[in-house]
Amino acid sequence: MFTFPLVYSFTYYSFTKIKKIMNEEIKLMKGNEAIAHAAIRCGCDGYFGYPITPQSEVLETLALEKPWETTGMVVLQAESEVAAINMVYGGAGTGKKVMTSSSSPGISLKQEGISYLAGSELPSLIVNIVRGGPGLGTIQPSQADYFQTVKGGGHGDYRLIALAPASVQEMADFVGLGFDLAFKYNNPVMILSDGIIGQMMEKVVLPPFRPRMTEEEITEKCPWAAVGKPAGRKRNVITSLELDASLMEQNNHRFQKKYRLIEENEVRYEEIECEDAEYLLIAFGSSARICQKSVEIARSHGIKLGLLRPITLWPFPSKIINRYADKVKAMLSVELNAGQMVEDVRLAVNGKVKVEHYGRLGGIVFTPDEIVGAVEKMRNEE
Amino acid sequence: MKNEEVRMTTKDIIKPENLVYQKPEIMNDVPMHYCPGCSHGVVHKLVAEVIEEMGMQDKTVGIAPVGCAVFAYNYLDIDWEEAAHGRAPALATAVKRLRPDRLVFTYQGDGDLAAIGTAETVHACNRGESIAIIFINNGIYGMTGGQMAPTTLEGMKTATCPYGRDVKLNGYPLKITNILKELEGTRYITRQSVHTAAAVRKAKKAIRKAFENSMEDKGTSVVEIVSTCASGWKLDPVQANEWMEKNMFPAYPLGDLKNVE
Ligand SMILES: Cc1ncc(C[n+]2csc(CCOP(=O)(O)OP(=O)(O)O)c2C)c(N)n1
Repeated sequence: MFTFPLVYSFTYYSFTKIKKIMNEEIKLMKGNEAIAHAAIRCGCDGYFGYPITPQSEVLETLALEKPWETTGMVVLQAESEVAAINMVYGGAGTGKKVMTSSSSPGISLKQEGISYLAGSELPSLIVNIVRGGPGLGTIQPSQADYFQTVKGGGHGDYRLIALAPASVQEMADFVGLGFDLAFKYNNPVMILSDGIIGQMMEKVVLPPFRPRMTEEEITEKCPWAAVGKPAGRKRNVITSLELDASLMEQNNHRFQKKYRLIEENEVRYEEIECEDAEYLLIAFGSSARICQKSVEIARSHGIKLGLLRPITLWPFPSKIINRYADKVKAMLSVELNAGQMVEDVRLAVNGKVKVEHYGRLGGIVFTPDEIVGAVEKMRNEE
Repeated sequence: MKNEEVRMTTKDIIKPENLVYQKPEIMNDVPMHYCPGCSHGVVHKLVAEVIEEMGMQDKTVGIAPVGCAVFAYNYLDIDWEEAAHGRAPALATAVKRLRPDRLVFTYQGDGDLAAIGTAETVHACNRGESIAIIFINNGIYGMTGGQMAPTTLEGMKTATCPYGRDVKLNGYPLKITNILKELEGTRYITRQSVHTAAAVRKAKKAIRKAFENSMEDKGTSVVEIVSTCASGWKLDPVQANEWMEKNMFPAYPLGDLKNVE
């Protein structure tokens, strides 16, 4: 009597599971390609870009996929990164879901537009596949644009929501998440990745297709959009200009209030083997992937090492890091730069425990053993 | 003209059937910040009239520049986006690509269009974006207090070339529309002015044509308006008009530069 439903549910379960996997379309691709596919699938209206290594596959993949024939998404190679980010501004100002991507030198050029996007409170997505700098630097991966991303970059008191993917899967997932956050807060969002995650191939389950926003949805979500003024509504003006300083101060207070709200609601991080950790690595993106292996190696040597991975670099997971400062003996901020995020870790810890930095520069990547070595050194110095 | 022909009482004048002209409704009832004798105000009015006559208020997105016309959005009752200095054609490109059924125009000064925004201008024109570009060429940077523009004439004095533009030092006046007409993406390139009633009528026709080209997806149209900047030129409005005719027109001759039918 009772076996039938069990068998039924079992076969039903495995059938749906297989179907689910089939629907999920597990693919093998580069991080940059995943960004492009995810953009098409999450209902992006327009992409504007300019070639630069190591991110050109985003534009190349979109050009190959021709989404203008399927979803109607616009894809355009601009004459420069300056033009591309201003196209994003133009498109976002009409309530459309638009994005751009580049790598460090190109992101420097985009800073003008990013500041204007923040000042005009336009939802938009910018992807930075970081390479080593300064200057033309190298095409090898780096995390040296951390300061630029979370401390400003462009002029004025503004914040970007910064997401740091650590896998090709997260490259795909954060496109949709990035747009959702951008439209939730009317703010530009940056995916801060690097040449490792952009170029490496991994299994990825692409997000399901979401249709592009309809005009009705745009009117509802973006009543401020400049789309043509119908009779009966006030004209919509997209601008960051306010010459009256007292009103400009009010605008700034409004931005700051929004930023506090984001800090309250949108902090994301991952804890790996942190439970009993005596030492804690703090690392994001590709560094966090390498650190995962370091944790494994250290634990096999009997060192209780954990890893805290900030997923949002701004808002920064300061609270949780502060809590771990009461539990661990020391922290090591592991970054592909000369010590940038370590400043935020130290601010979070506020002197409670020792916080050190370990980094490689200019496009050189550390090995998991190197990091374990740095942990052991820190341990011996106690 | 004999006097009896125009003998009308005030009562007659205000009768609706005797109305010959009124302010376009799209022009907002606010004082303009433009100096006396400046061409910007007249061109704003023409743009408003054309949008109104085409019945396009609900379909128009204007892109304002950085320059004296930065506040264009205060004067015309349409939806606007205010661009960073020189980037208006990039914004307009995206708006038109994402919303092809909209009338999209930029309104830019010579510094905005032909110095800091040269790349955006040339490439939008070269792609043949179906946008209209209204280009105010007053040979000077008005907004920032009268510095040299790319279009400043040889020998002309400005705050940053107080002894007159020296071409050895600063290069030659940039005839940007002459370059734009060579680009295959451009459809209609014209140079107009608004210093006389007749010129105003012609300029309006040109703006109308440019706007119609945008709606008919015919590629890029550029309407250059050779303009006065009485304050920047340190002249009174009448002198400014005379100076423009004498000095600007020979360097920037009026007329159509390109009109692909
Ligand atoms: C990036 C940047 N550089 C410089 C300025 C300062 N600026 C404002 S308007 C302007 C020149 C405008 O001249 P033009 O485009 O000829 O227009 P006009 O004021 O004469 O109408 C400059 C240099 C700015 N706002 N942004």
